[in-house]
Amino acid sequence: MPNDNALAPTTMAHDTSRPLVEVSMLEKRYGNSGPPVFSDVSFTIQPGEFVCLIGHSGCGKSSILNILAGLEQPSGGTVIMDGCEINGPGLERGVVFQGHVLLPWLSAVQNVAFAVRSRFPTLSRTEIKEKAEYYLHLVGLRNALDKKPAELSGGMRQRVGIARAFCTQPRMLLMDEPFGALDALTRGLIQEELLQICARTQQTVFMITHDVDEAILLADRVLLMSNGPDARLAESIDNPLPRTRTRESMHHETGFYDLRNHLVDFLVRRSALVSKGEN
Amino acid sequence: MISVESRRAFFLFLALFAGLLLVWQLSTASAPERSPYGIPQGNAEYQMLMGHAPGTTQTREGFPGPARFVASALQALHAPFHNNGPSDRGIGWQVGASLLRVAIGYGLAVVVAVPLGFLIGLRPVIRRAVDPFIQILRPISPLAWMPLALYTIRNAEGCGIFVIFICSLWPIVLNTAFGVGSVRREWLNVARTLEVGWARRVLFVLLPAAAPTIITGMRIGLGIAWLAIVAAEMLVGSSGIGYFVWNQWNNLSLSNVLLAVLLIGFTGMVLDGALAALQRSVTYAE
Repeated sequence: MPNDNALAPTTMAHDTSRPLVEVSMLEKRYGNSGPPVFSDVSFTIQPGEFVCLIGHSGCGKSSILNILAGLEQPSGGTVIMDGCEINGPGLERGVVFQGHVLLPWLSAVQNVAFAVRSRFPTLSRTEIKEKAEYYLHLVGLRNALDKKPAELSGGMRQRVGIARAFCTQPRMLLMDEPFGALDALTRGLIQEELLQICARTQQTVFMITHDVDEAILLADRVLLMSNGPDARLAESIDNPLPRTRTRESMHHETGFYDLRNHLVDFLVRRSALVSKGEN
Repeated sequence: MISVESRRAFFLFLALFAGLLLVWQLSTASAPERSPYGIPQGNAEYQMLMGHAPGTTQTREGFPGPARFVASALQALHAPFHNNGPSDRGIGWQVGASLLRVAIGYGLAVVVAVPLGFLIGLRPVIRRAVDPFIQILRPISPLAWMPLALYTIRNAEGCGIFVIFICSLWPIVLNTAFGVGSVRREWLNVARTLEVGWARRVLFVLLPAAAPTIITGMRIGLGIAWLAIVAAEMLVGSSGIGYFVWNQWNNLSLSNVLLAVLLIGFTGMVLDGALAALQRSVTYAE
């Protein structure tokens, strides 16, 4: 799977413990004829690891995430989490959807409370509300708790979406290009908040993005997918930068530009070569 | 703060209303009765021949003018709930009887149509199986059912309610099915990832998401029901506003017919306004 020598990333010490998620030989095709969207996709995710998946549109990134979430069925291959095969959605996997997918008739706090009630059905009404407010405070939302999604800005809506995913205390958080629709300033702000929360809670995250800098900032490991159709998982690169990196300072770290150039190079050039079989 | 435009609209409304009254007044102003044979109006022999006492001026009991209408309407509305037997009940009593029938028939229709619409909207197999029935039954005028209903139900009251039920059923079924069927997949996916059970999914995701569409169907259904009840009561009623209209026509009391017609319009407006308010309360901005 990791078949790259251009950059020799420092090998990470993830292989000692048992992985949380094992994806093996995953394949997705629509219809019976024609090439699959992707095939032969295998990787693992360790507990507490932040993994980013990068690839061009049409390589099936979102399908992989949806399969991990249990919302889509693979055409072949298996996903095993904690020793059990995933074949449906579940509360142990929280999903932050692309764009905001808040229920528009509920206020911010009600949206989070809806998830809290699903996870902790025995809690009282006030306990649920307190928990929902706690998670909204965690993502920096204090003043707009009772506003409807339509009255919130894009960044606030995505914060509510993140709070909703966190409040169920999932084993793994799945994020599908969560910041794609946000302006750069808001994006940077929420990225750092997410990083802090993940560091504090030891949250395992699998995130899809096509923003190279976002991947370098957030990810412990970056998975690169070649272009579709019949996309493959081309490379798996460990992030050599220290985990204390921040948006302001990370471009001063040694190895930042090597990593960045390597990722950009892949997206611009090598991602297309891999799918032509010239790899 | 009243905007210039709404003030203008109000004045235009007043002008239209005044124009309408004027046309009404002019077209109903009683012309002195003329003999087709050129005999002068004051001719005593002719008047006696026509059954009038000589010397009295005679106005025709034709279409009432505004003044006469208002006078008779005030009289009718003075005691709207009096009840002196089936052929002499107040107009309020009659409207109440119609509203009660609509409430029962329409209420039954909502109770049946919303769950049926959910089933059709959620299960494509059921949609396909049921669609031919709905497409054939929907365009049938509710009154066409009347003979069958009279034969089967053998009860005038039940027939009126059945007619209301059957005509308000279809728009609610179709709108509910459409609303439920077009709930955004992402919202349902949120519910799936949260392992929400089916009852919570129906009550807290599908119902609020489809509510504006469902209530649109309920408004259409109520509008049709209020149209149909008048005709149904003309056929079978011993009470109700439709019966009242027909009874007053038999009495040749056009003032009362006119009053009833306006009251039908007013009541329909109030009913629709109530559902419109309900719709506003469940509408959400995406």
